[in-house]
Parts: sequence; structure tokens; C-alpha cells
Amino acid sequence: MSAGFKARAAEALVDPLLKIAVERTAGTAEAKRAASVAAFDAFGAARTRAAAIKDHVIAHLGHYLEQFETNAIAAGAQVHWAETADEACRIVIDICRKAGAKSVARSKSMLGEEIGLPHALAEAGIERIETDLAEHIIQLAGERPSHIVWPAMHKTREQVSALFRERHAEPHAEETIAAMAESARRHLRAGMLAADVGISGANFLLADSGSVCTVTNEGNAELSIVPPRVHIVTAGIEKLVPSMDHAVHLLRLLARSATGAALTQYTTFYTGPKRAEDLDGPEEMHIVLVDNGRTKMRAEGLAEMLRCIRCGACMNHCVVFRQIGGHAYGGTYPGPIGAVLTPALDGIAASRDLPQACTMNGKCQEVCPVNIPLPTLLRGWREKSWREGLEPASTRSAVRLWAWVARRPWLYRLSARVAVRGMRLFGGSWIAALPLAGGWTQHRDLPAPQGKTFMEQMRERQR
Amino acid sequence: MSERRQVALFVTCLVDTMRPRVGFAAIDALEAAGCDVAVPRAQTCCGQPALNSGDRRDAEALARATIEALEGYPFVVVPSGSCAGTIRVHYPEILAHDPIWSPRAAALAARTWEILAFLDQVCGWRPEGVTLPVSATYHDSCAGLRELGIKAQPRRLLGAIEGLRLTPLGGEETCCGFGGTFCVKYPAISNAITDEKAAAIEASGAELLLAGDLGCLMNMAGKLHRRGSAVRAMHTVEVLAGMGDGPAIGEEA
Ligand code: SF4
Repeated sequence: MSAGFKARAAEALVDPLLKIAVERTAGTAEAKRAASVAAFDAFGAARTRAAAIKDHVIAHLGHYLEQFETNAIAAGAQVHWAETADEACRIVIDICRKAGAKSVARSKSMLGEEIGLPHALAEAGIERIETDLAEHIIQLAGERPSHIVWPAMHKTREQVSALFRERHAEPHAEETIAAMAESARRHLRAGMLAADVGISGANFLLADSGSVCTVTNEGNAELSIVPPRVHIVTAGIEKLVPSMDHAVHLLRLLARSATGAALTQYTTFYTGPKRAEDLDGPEEMHIVLVDNGRTKMRAEGLAEMLRCIRCGACMNHCVVFRQIGGHAYGGTYPGPIGAVLTPALDGIAASRDLPQACTMNGKCQEVCPVNIPLPTLLRGWREKSWREGLEPASTRSAVRLWAWVARRPWLYRLSARVAVRGMRLFGGSWIAALPLAGGWTQHRDLPAPQGKTFMEQMRERQR
Repeated sequence: MSERRQVALFVTCLVDTMRPRVGFAAIDALEAAGCDVAVPRAQTCCGQPALNSGDRRDAEALARATIEALEGYPFVVVPSGSCAGTIRVHYPEILAHDPIWSPRAAALAARTWEILAFLDQVCGWRPEGVTLPVSATYHDSCAGLRELGIKAQPRRLLGAIEGLRLTPLGGEETCCGFGGTFCVKYPAISNAITDEKAAAIEASGAELLLAGDLGCLMNMAGKLHRRGSAVRAMHTVEVLAGMGDGPAIGEEA
């Protein structure tokens, strides 16, 4: 991926529409989040509690998973365990086959993307209807999500309108958002009602009741889960919370951090399949609990990352993401969380650029509602990459040589003097091109050093 | 008169080589604030480039060398939020595993200050009789802001300068795209970020850009110059020391 990241980033940087699209959504999210956090009394305290809740669960994961399993089964659900992505997909497809499913309605789930479920369903010959509006857009376009909250963030409204005109049967005259939503609704409703199986993710799994919680703004999770005969939930094992009280606490932070809203339009708790006295609901409920590297992350110094509630605030506020968008990151998760998670999922050798392509400005941690030390975790990947010799030889020798010199003050001072005099040879007060400094002078001028080094001048003054 | 504070000045590698003026301004301001300033000769660089490159071994070795060079002083003052942050926040972290060096790192961290925070919070100092009739804008460099909480201090200090009008900067807390080696490893991405920063600085209408980190300042000044902008750039401590009428970054002395 090394060459890949730079190439994708370069492509993204020259795409003017991408910039407009990302800026519209992320800019709005940034402003709304700021306002809602300012209006949220004791946001800091709420954040500390949120981090503590997640830490507690991650530390006692086995206990809560068992409790969840017992209660989910008691409510009539079937619980499945998957250690890997492939295993998870196989379980889902088996359930679909047993249900005789020709088509499934899917409600947005980043875990589903992570385990490659859309691809696996296609391989198994099962038709898939993406019911989230943004997922529908990227399904029509044959693309992948570029953001964890707004999967189609990379597209402008105008591009979506053109796509709908081309791909939706019904012609729609206007480009208004209402007309576009109506067009998508007509297109999707039939698919949702006809699906044999509904597949959703989970925002929270409640240990004390065995319930699954989803939040959406479109109600598409509800519509894709309730009509079909079978409901399948795929969820990462870190989604556990002890109780409703904890889930509600995290929900308040999730919505505000993601969109600035106090809550999402739809927050639904599902506890088991349809009971005898229920008027509707699926006959079967299956919950697939997926590890896919999470236990390993916990053991290998990335436990804090498992606090993540997938709000997307870190990417909305990331200067790098804002310039290159989500696809450049190459993995399922973009932005700062992707830079931490992708190396954990794909290996650092395949993704060493991601933790490097960060200015370490710390904004992501500042906005993270569960205070994940993203810069520290990124530095951890950089250290691993260095230890494993993945950094380019030129960087390694430059850093090592410089460190060797810096441990010898006399040599360091001499080198500083030589470097300063050398740079002065390039003349003037500004240097427009300097050998070996092309990375700098390609895009900006370099102010020439003033003359003698500070240490040299100090010594002269004291004489 | 109370006793003078004994301060060791840690001159960052960029100040040493690129803009020694910032070092002298720091000495002047510290002396005016009632400090005796020493510049320990054994100091070199704090090791941040190694730390951020993932070269943990060299970063630790440089941390130990820096601790040795600076630990004899009641206060260590640094004209850079990012280098001060390295000593205060990261030395204790990276040496936490070492029973001998960990307490030494913690002790040095507790005595190390970024200069603007030190002048304001420890010395309670305000520049006296300094006049600079200019409209200036302030960029909050990331490490100082987020690792050390430097936000109000420079504004309080600058507020005491006669004639200086502080103009708000849109996105003042947004990274300028420097990021140490980031700007040379990913020049195209860095350029896009810095370009936006420069546009915001120009839109502020200020004549002078101030910040507390020379790296960020050189990045922004270099971009402004490439864009043909007339905005000048200077380290905040130069202005505080009454050197604000001298050459800005990139101007011949
Ligand atoms: S790391 Fe934090 S800010 Fe980023 S998505 Fe996860 S919870 Fe949100």
C-alpha cells in the first residue's frame, strides 16, 4: 500500500469536487459539534465517564460477553462467535442459505465493511439492498464508503443527483434534496419489503438484557430489520456495555460528536425475535459476535482503541483527512482511526504510510468523546515500523546520523555552523530551491539562516 | 526586590541555526522578567525528530543527554511549545520503564516551561514601555496548545504592548501543516494544508503573524512569501522583548 497511499492522496488533492464535498459535510459537522459541546454542561466529565465505561468493559470483556450471550439466548436470539472476518461471513451466509434468502436488506454497518460482507454476499449469489441512503448511493456508484458516518461524503449533491437520474427508473425533474430523497425512497422501499433477511450492525450490545441497539437518522435499520423473516446482527465484541444506563450515556456523546445533534432520529433496542404476542418482527434473530483482531489489539497495546464508538469526529477534524478524503486511506476506516486500525487489521508492512501521514497536531484526541490517545497510538505504530525496518533507508540513516551527531555537543555545534554557512551560499534572504530540501522548497520558500548560530554568537559575546 | 530566578535556556535546534534572534530575545525578556539566564553548553536537540520518526532508541538516548545537560537548574525555559512539550510530556513517558532515569525525567519535566507560559504564569511579567503599532494575528501551534495548554498566556502578554492590535485568525487552532518531518515526507498534503492556513492569515487582514514555534512560523512564512503575500512573521518573544521593529522571518538584517 505504500506507493498506493501517496498515489491515492495525490489524486485526491487534485480533485476539486472531492474537496468541496468533504468540506461541506465535515465543515458543517465541525461547527455543529462545537455548538452542541459548548451547550453540553460538564462535557468533560461526561467524556471521562464514557472512557471509564468502555475501559471497564474492555478489561472485563469475557464476563460481559458471557452475560450478554446468556440474556440474548433467554430472549430467544441465537448467538454465534466468529474469530475472523471469513468465519463471520460464512456464518452470515449459512444463515441466509438456511432461510432460503434470495435477497437481503442491509442497514449500514462498518463492521460489515470490515469483514467484507458485501463482497461475500455477492460471491454467494445473494442480492443485497443497501438501505442507508449514503450506502445506497455508493452501491449504485460501485464504490466503497469514504467516511464511517457519511459513507458518501466524497460526493457532491450534484454528483448524487446525476447518479440517481441515470440509475433510478423513475425520472425526477428537480435536483432538490427532497426530490432526491423521494426518488431513493421509492427505489428502496420495495427492496426492503421484499427482502427475506435483514442484516444490521450494532452501536451497542447491552449485557444485562441481551439487547442490540442501533441508531440511524433515516429509520432504515428499523425498516430493514422488522419486515424480513430473519434478522442478523453482526457486531464487534467491543460493542458491549453493561446496561441501558451506560448505553444512553454513550449515545449522548455519540450523536453530539458525530453530527452535533442531541440524539439521532431513531434509536432502537431489539431484544430477541418476534414473540407470540408481537404483531410484527422477524421470526429469527441471530447475533454474530466478531473478534477479527480485537483480542489481539487488546493484548498488544491497543486496548484504548477499543473504546471507539465510531462517531467520526476525529476524521472530521483531521487536517489530513479534510484534504484527501477517506478513500486515500485505503482501508475500511479512514482518518485517524483508520491510521490506527488498518495496520492492526492488515499489518503494518502493508500500511506503514498511514501512521506516518499525520502532523501529530493532537486535534483528533481533543475531539474524541472517549479520549482515545490517537497520537500516542500512531507513534506506537511508527516505532513498530522503525523496529521492523520498514522505514526507507534514507530516512533511517538520516535520523540515526543526526542523533549520533546530537549526542556529541562539539560535533553538533560544528555541524550547525557548517550547515548554516552552506545554506547562506544559496543566497539572499529567501531560498527558493535547496538541494536535499526539495520537499520543503517545492511548495514554499525557505527563510535563509540569519548568519552565525546562536551558540557561536553567545560564545563571542562572552569572550 | 525578590530573588532572581535561575533559568537555563534551552535553545532549540531551529533557533540555534535559523533564527538566533529568538534566543537573544528570550534572554532579554527573561532578564527583564527578573531571571538570571544560563545557556548550558552541553545541550543539543531535544530528540523530537527521532521520537516522531519511531526511532525510540535514539530518542531515549537524546532524552538522557538533554536531562544531564539541563537538570542542575531550578527552571528550564524553551522558546518552543513543541520542544517544551517533548521534555515535559514525552520524556517521562519514554523513560517510564527505566527505574533510574524515570524520576530524573519527571523532575526535569516538572521544572521545564515554554517561555510564554513561564513569563506569564511563573514570573507574572508584562513587557513595559514596548510600543509596536501594528495589526498582528496569532496562530496557536498544536503542541503548545494541546500538550501544554498555551492559549491565554501569549494573548495576555501581547495585550501589554502599546499600539499592537490583535486581529482574530479564522481557524487559529488548526494545524499549519508543518508537523516536523511530515512536511517533507508528504509535501503535497502538507502544501494543501499550509495553503489554506496562509489564505486564512491573509484574510485576517493582519500585517504581522505571531506564534510561539519557529518551525510552524517558518512553514507559514515560507508559504506566505511564495504566495507573494505582504504579511510578515515573527516569534512572539521577539515582539515581547522589544525587537518587533527588526527584520521579520526572511528579511535581511
Ligand atoms: S476514535 Fe474517538 S473521535 Fe474517532 S471515531 Fe472513535 S470515538 Fe469518534
